[in-house]
Amino acid sequence: MTDVQINIINKTYIGTAQPTIANFSLSLQANEFVCLVGSSGCGKTTLLNCLSGLDTHYEGEIQVGQQHTAPKIGYIFQNPRLLPWRTVRENIELVLESEQSPTLIDPLLETMQLTQSQHEYPERLSVGMNRRVAIIRAFAVNPDLLLMDEPFVSLDPPTARDVRSLLLQLWQQRPHTVLFVTHDLREAIALADRLIFLASAPMRVINDIVVPIPRTQRHDEAAIENFRQQLINHYPDIKHLL
Amino acid sequence: MQFNKYLPSLSLLVFLAVWQGAASYLHNNTLPTPYTVAMVLWQAIVSGQLPYHLGVTLLRLVVSFSISMLLGCAIGIVLGRNKPLNAFFDNWLVIFLNVPALVTIILCYVWFGLVESAAILAVVINKLPNVIVTIREGTRALNSDLMDMARCYHFSKRKTLCHVILPQLQPFIMGATRSGLALIWKIILVVELLGRSNGMGYQLHLFFQMFDVASILAYTIAFVAVIQLIEWLILKPLDNKALRWRR
Repeated sequence: MTDVQINIINKTYIGTAQPTIANFSLSLQANEFVCLVGSSGCGKTTLLNCLSGLDTHYEGEIQVGQQHTAPKIGYIFQNPRLLPWRTVRENIELVLESEQSPTLIDPLLETMQLTQSQHEYPERLSVGMNRRVAIIRAFAVNPDLLLMDEPFVSLDPPTARDVRSLLLQLWQQRPHTVLFVTHDLREAIALADRLIFLASAPMRVINDIVVPIPRTQRHDEAAIENFRQQLINHYPDIKHLL
Repeated sequence: MQFNKYLPSLSLLVFLAVWQGAASYLHNNTLPTPYTVAMVLWQAIVSGQLPYHLGVTLLRLVVSFSISMLLGCAIGIVLGRNKPLNAFFDNWLVIFLNVPALVTIILCYVWFGLVESAAILAVVINKLPNVIVTIREGTRALNSDLMDMARCYHFSKRKTLCHVILPQLQPFIMGATRSGLALIWKIILVVELLGRSNGMGYQLHLFFQMFDVASILAYTIAFVAVIQLIEWLILKPLDNKALRWRR
């Protein structure tokens, strides 16, 4: 079942001649985890901003879910963008709608191992913990679509691995349709059902590849490296991204 | 550094000593000694004169300060977030910023009569442009990442104001508060001197006519003390509460 349908005919920033995105279409199945892989500056963040409704100046159509009301979007930004003057728990409670009970945060905090730190202020916590708070905040709204813009980019590799596995754990408990942007192919293989490789200026899809590794083997670095090698051998046109 | 702790008290003592020295040397009514001033101050407090006039002035301060801060914050945020409105009203702001306080006071009394509301209005008109400009600059510096986050997660207007905008404006609001208190004090005195029959400004006017420097100094000390109390008892605790999240 198609859950998200994206058709962007043209997205050009004011003052630039070249469109950032042109004739781009992509569809996501319900509860599918899709990674967009492309070099930096190719327009991935622009696409996410169009999807999230932050940027409405584009030609085209985006359909999220079946309903006609504004879709609920959970956006995990490159920086966690937490309010430093509110505690971890307050930051998450703020995004809840009035009919949502604040107690629904508790199991999320539990899974992300933040129950102990929920009354701390973000600046007193590590970078990795802040990222985990941002992940909880996005899941807490029970979104129709989860957007993630290189959320682990500035973390050291062991921390990134830990947060990644926590994210997968949470996503398997509560499946959502996810669009995850990264330029790290190993990360993409570890997370995604499907990899979308992008070319820049204007952004377009060059390859759309299903990751065949079972979810149970995603923590196995050898399997991931093995698949990466296969990609390098089979798809010379995306070599610069690998 | 134990010694550093005593520096503020030491500097105050030096100030008093210099004053005492100068007064003893001149031996003149125009510069009474600290002791004389202290006695006058005590007399004024006991007689109820000083508390009454200080109270009247404080009440005017509270009313005009609250009106200017509330209005100023609201207008400042709107102008900071709305470019066309700002472009339209920018000239008005410059005009009001540069009209001398004395002129607004005189005009208010001429147009509206020697009444309380005219006095308050004159103070508000003098203070308001300052608050607007400070808050407008703060609003322009708002973090757009956080504003985008609020928009993306469908924060209501009220939620955005209370949790995203106002905490970021806190240093600007405190700045406007401190400079505002200092400015309003001074303007209120002129307002009272020109058109009211009570308050500190009215009293100072009387003392001036009688060349009663000791009373003038005594009232000044009461003044400074009250402002310092406001700083210690209200503003400092507010600051500490608002900044508790910092590392």
